[in-house]
Amino acid sequence: MGLALLIVILKTMGLRGDAVANDGARFWCRILGLTFVMGVVTGIPMEFQFGTNWSRFSEAAGGVIGQTLAMEGIFAFFLESTFLYLLLFQERRLGARAHWFAALLVLAGTWLSGFFIVCTNAWMQHPVGYTINEMGRVELASVWALLTNPWAIPQYMHTMIGTTITASFVMSSIGAFYVLRGEQLASAKRFLSLSVVVGGVASVLAAFPTGDMQAKLVHEHQPETFAAMEGHFHTETGAALVIIGQPNMETLHLDNPLEIPNMLSVLTHLRWDAEVEGLSSYDRDRWPTNVPALYYAYHIMAGLGTMFIAISFLGIISVLQGKLYSRRGLLWIYMLSLPFPFIANTAGWATAELGRQPWVIYNVMRTVDGHSAQVSGGNALFSLLGFAGMYALLSVLFFFVAVRIIAEGPVGDASRGDEPQVRLDRAPDHESEALP
Amino acid sequence: MTVETTWFCLLWFMMAMYAVLDGFDFGAGILHLFVARNNREREQVLQSIGPVWDGNEVWLIAAGGTMFFAFPALYATSFSGFYLPLMMVLWTLMGRALGIELRHQLKDPLWCSFWDVVFSVSSLLLTILLGAALGNVVRGVSLNTDGVFFAPLWTDFRVGDNTGVLDWYTILIAVTAAAALTHHGALWIDARTDGAVQARSGRIARIVWPVVLTLSILAAVASISVQPNIVAGLKARPWLSVVPVAAFLSLSFTRRLHRRQRSSAAFRASCVYIASMIASASISIFPYVLPARDESLSLTVTAAAAAKPGLKAALYWWVPGMLGVCFYMYFVSYRTMPASQGRVPSKPLGTAGRSSRSGH
Ligand code: HDD
Ligand code: HEM
Ligand code: HEM
Repeated sequence: MGLALLIVILKTMGLRGDAVANDGARFWCRILGLTFVMGVVTGIPMEFQFGTNWSRFSEAAGGVIGQTLAMEGIFAFFLESTFLYLLLFQERRLGARAHWFAALLVLAGTWLSGFFIVCTNAWMQHPVGYTINEMGRVELASVWALLTNPWAIPQYMHTMIGTTITASFVMSSIGAFYVLRGEQLASAKRFLSLSVVVGGVASVLAAFPTGDMQAKLVHEHQPETFAAMEGHFHTETGAALVIIGQPNMETLHLDNPLEIPNMLSVLTHLRWDAEVEGLSSYDRDRWPTNVPALYYAYHIMAGLGTMFIAISFLGIISVLQGKLYSRRGLLWIYMLSLPFPFIANTAGWATAELGRQPWVIYNVMRTVDGHSAQVSGGNALFSLLGFAGMYALLSVLFFFVAVRIIAEGPVGDASRGDEPQVRLDRAPDHESEALP
Repeated sequence: MTVETTWFCLLWFMMAMYAVLDGFDFGAGILHLFVARNNREREQVLQSIGPVWDGNEVWLIAAGGTMFFAFPALYATSFSGFYLPLMMVLWTLMGRALGIELRHQLKDPLWCSFWDVVFSVSSLLLTILLGAALGNVVRGVSLNTDGVFFAPLWTDFRVGDNTGVLDWYTILIAVTAAAALTHHGALWIDARTDGAVQARSGRIARIVWPVVLTLSILAAVASISVQPNIVAGLKARPWLSVVPVAAFLSLSFTRRLHRRQRSSAAFRASCVYIASMIASASISIFPYVLPARDESLSLTVTAAAAAKPGLKAALYWWVPGMLGVCFYMYFVSYRTMPASQGRVPSKPLGTAGRSSRSGH
């Protein structure tokens, strides 16, 4: 999703006559094509698993969350799948403007898809616009309330910014890789200057205002989750914000804490000495199931977010000074930071999902009541192992093909961007250079 | 017509669209190894479906989503009940997507042949699985008094009360589906390619046609014998028998048009045939969404549906959304085919400086 945004920016630069940016856009389209396939093959199981493994949840809540999932298919996936083909293979036929427009529609498709899926998740975090009938089924009272869920808007902004950070850091990383090796310099510099700036802005936005807004929502609507995320066991006035520390579930204390005094009170209530409720003031059966995992997940996300801001600060200053390409140390940092945005995103989702436990729909349905009763453990294990195998294979394939695309690089891509056969005809002379 | 029945029709409309559209790329997949013998020919087949296969698959995703919100109980019961076959559907769907999209990433003969086989085998398996699933729905499943079931892959291959996914009836439907989609795919390739690939698929379409006809008749007779609701339903709504009749008429038109070398028209007739076969299946189970072997336990349209207000509200976004989709899918996907006159040429484009601009 973030990548689609960067491609549209590159293509806009291309429309203005920047040939390097246009080559770059083609290169990233190939990566997008690859991630798209991975999205398709992993996304379809996601939709089916609601019915196969979470049938009691689906039966109870399908009338509500099925709507946003169906909207995603109808408004987003059709759009993407139709126009992605044009973006990837029909550049010559369409001409520059129409091709740019196809890129824009793919962007719209991915961002709409993100909106609907986040709406679905937001409803599970903070159910709105529903009633419960006498059979215990959840009924939709208002589609509009579902789509304008106060939880969904900050969550959507935050997740989209998360994807933008990811795409930007990947682009910076590959740009830095090329510059450090002294290859593909023209494209690499274009990538770096664009992605360092976009990534920097997005990193700041992830923490403030969107991350902060999410934290306030969690504090307000899921107070026990918030206390667990912060590792805040006991109610205090002038509570401190924990930076490092290990939650100890026996003594209900943080071991080896490193804290900023009073900061938690300021962040939640904007007052120095406000009282912040601790985990121990809630019933134990409402506590998130796995407090330490939740605490670590949250701190990993926020810690990495802070790190991205710091890196981006140095990066943007260097871009402004025009010295980015000669600061090899910073380029190394950018190159090696490739995995971290993925980790931050995963940790963020772990925070959201672990934080919601023991509820599958917060305050409405418990997770243990949601799964498919008639699917035996053996069958579930069989399919789980099957998917684990499939996904392991997919990761290897993804990595393998992505590395090849990167090794080929953007230059010489002029022959691409049309039907695959054009590319394959030229294969003989191409291949000998590209194969490692 | 009640709002629940409207959604029943819309849901089956989506399934019919899915069968028609993804059907031809299943067929193309089944035939892939037979009609295309060298690398260029394989590319020709893949390029004929390349622009559209993913869009076609979205019909499945959107149908799943629609079933999810309109008939949550059906979605939950059937997806968990058919757990094992559905897992296989998922794996084969993944195999197909990877086969189509990863093949052209590397120009290595081993790599390409590997993905060709993955694509072809998963297309065939998927057709059989989905055909068997359709057979299960028409025949009815062993719903218990809690309204749930869990279908093992097979029990004793008889159509009894204790059903598995595979028995003689569902196998018959699966084979019929495989034959019908092979024929459908052959007509598609015939209409969309030229050279040797076109000639071979035309021949296959001619050979398979009588098989499709015979199996369709057998399937119709067998369905009436395993599902008593069909006769009862047609007695109550006799005008609906136009649908199965349309299926057989369009199948015979397919033959005639194909004989006259009008392969695109023949393909369209085949679309009507597939759509009316699916529609016939939906008619055969109405007013149930999922018949049970013990008829009193069958899941009815009204019992499976979500609450009325939600269903009514959904019409306001679903109908305009779908109209928009049909509109741009038609104009974009089916008008910007890879080459001039909508056929993928046997000679690669762009070799002798001939650019693809010639098409438009
Ligand atoms: C690159 C990714 C990334 C980065 C740098 C950050 N986040 Fe985040 N965060 C996500 C990616 C993410 C996410 C994956 O997008 C989540 C998971 C669920 C969601 O809604 O968004 C999320 C959720 C999420 C939540 C909600 C948890 C819940 O619902 O229980 C909070 C409170 C924060 N974030 C706070 C922050 C703060 C204060 C950050 C900065 C320092 C921060 N995030 C950086
Ligand atoms: C319950 C959750 C989800 C379901 C049911 C789901 C479903 C799907 C499906 C069916 C596809 C294939 C679309 C196609 O064939 O064109 C897909 C693709 C994709 N999904 Fe998801 N998805 C879910 C969650 C997510 C999340 C959380 C993200 C990212 C934050 C995501 C990102 C993507 C991307 C990038 C693609 C590939 C491009 C596309 O087609 O959108 N998905 N998803
Ligand atoms: C909307 C449908 C979803 C449902 C019904 C659902 C359900 C669950 C449940 C029940 C758990 C807890 C498992 C446990 O405690 O043992 C869980 C955990 C988790 N979920 Fe989800 N989830 C959904 C969406 C998502 C999405 C969209 C993502 C991310 C893209 C996600 C990521 C995670 C993660 C990272 C965990 C923590 C890992 C774990 O506990 O083992 N979930 N989810």
